[in-house]
Amino acid sequence: MLTKRIIPCLDVKGGRVVKGTSFTHLGDAGDPVELASSYYKDGADELVFLDITATPEGRDTMVEVVERISREVFMPLTVGGGLYSTDNMRRMLMAGADKVSINTAAVLNPKLVEEGARKFGSQCIVVAIDAKRVDAGKEPQWEVHIYSGQKSTGIDAITWAKQVVELGAGEILLTSMDADGHRSGYDNALTRAISEAVTVPVIASGGAGTPEDMYQALVLGKADAVLAASIFHYGIHPIQETKLYLAEKGIPIRL
Amino acid sequence: MLPVSIDKQSPSRHRMLKSREGEAIAIINYGAGNLRSVVNAITSLGYQPEVTSRPDEIVNARAVILPGVGAAADTIENLRAMGLDILIRQLIDDGYPFLGVCIGLQVLFTGTEEGGWHECLGVLPGRVRKLPPGLKIPHMGWNQVKQLRPHPVFTDIPDRANFYFVHSYYVEPDDKSLSIGETEYGIPLCSVIARENLIATQFHPEKSGESGLKLYDNFIKLAMAGDR
Repeated sequence: MLTKRIIPCLDVKGGRVVKGTSFTHLGDAGDPVELASSYYKDGADELVFLDITATPEGRDTMVEVVERISREVFMPLTVGGGLYSTDNMRRMLMAGADKVSINTAAVLNPKLVEEGARKFGSQCIVVAIDAKRVDAGKEPQWEVHIYSGQKSTGIDAITWAKQVVELGAGEILLTSMDADGHRSGYDNALTRAISEAVTVPVIASGGAGTPEDMYQALVLGKADAVLAASIFHYGIHPIQETKLYLAEKGIPIRL
Repeated sequence: MLPVSIDKQSPSRHRMLKSREGEAIAIINYGAGNLRSVVNAITSLGYQPEVTSRPDEIVNARAVILPGVGAAADTIENLRAMGLDILIRQLIDDGYPFLGVCIGLQVLFTGTEEGGWHECLGVLPGRVRKLPPGLKIPHMGWNQVKQLRPHPVFTDIPDRANFYFVHSYYVEPDDKSLSIGETEYGIPLCSVIARENLIATQFHPEKSGESGLKLYDNFIKLAMAGDR
């Protein structure tokens, strides 16, 4: 049976992880390679790296980081941030990334999803969607935001998710802007709405505070994978503990 | 006939074996695929893989790996354009230790339904079919491989160990006995095939943690132990 994936997310700026200072047992808490190895040994199912520098220089640094990580970590790596062309994508994939994640670039140029899928295969193309709830009567609705959530687009998140899958996206990385940073649970209604609307896997992101939140996202939200940053970085709930909790509650988990 | 002669005693072969202490492992480069990850995995095991599309280097290797991600039809087209399709068939016929990974498994079959019917290498009779609807496609993530029978490539890998999969099509061998590993995803899928020195997996050992590395190690040890 396919297991549900538990995915730590690392924000990288100028080649350094910007969260994660509580990893006191590591020699260098901000070194993405060391953190990636630590997560690998701890049983993470996959890793997501977001380059928040998102500049050409940042991208070059990220390529080197990915090259180093892929020499030590033998699990899937997704890299996002500042990838605006298939050439950018190719460099990351050649460096050892298995998937590339695009967000703002996909909204500005939906053809990029199509081109990426054609050149590298759908399984390489993750479209990240930052969605925010809008008040619109009885049924909940969510609007797509870009530029790290700073700009609204007027695009409905469910419509957009369907569109990118049509264009060739192989996975959706879905972040609830409302839940993000609050550690009080994922937006399970959003996750479920998207997961039921598309045929590709959906990674729930934003709001994880406890393993129970992940359980809810997987069951109520029908997510295929859950992503979290701070609860893993700060060692609040280590990956192994989280996975054991989920397994005990009957979720298929790789232990 | 093969476009290059396979002469086991050719001088170039001796040079290569000497320089690599008999450990030349060729990873076929056909302009696509996740080569770097496969190279990294093999390198981490202490071997020095050769990434190559040169027939002379490939035929001189002790073991050959055909990696792959993406679409089978594109892969087969690339292999044909580079003249590697005939070479691969010949290598397998000649009993070279050969490992196909993901698309490298699928292209071995008669043909694929991906993007309309495309003929593949035809090394193994059978077809590559789209995963049935109802479950998320691609089949993406860690799933268990049930070992249908003992095989040296499974040495020290527990039955039902998890491996990382990402694919939308699956292989259906005419000869079911070729399947030595099976994985459940809506239907029981053939996830490992073996025939003499040919082994191929639907999952990505290079992305499957310690179990995946072990599988590569087992394959290479098998290849090195052979008299070729």
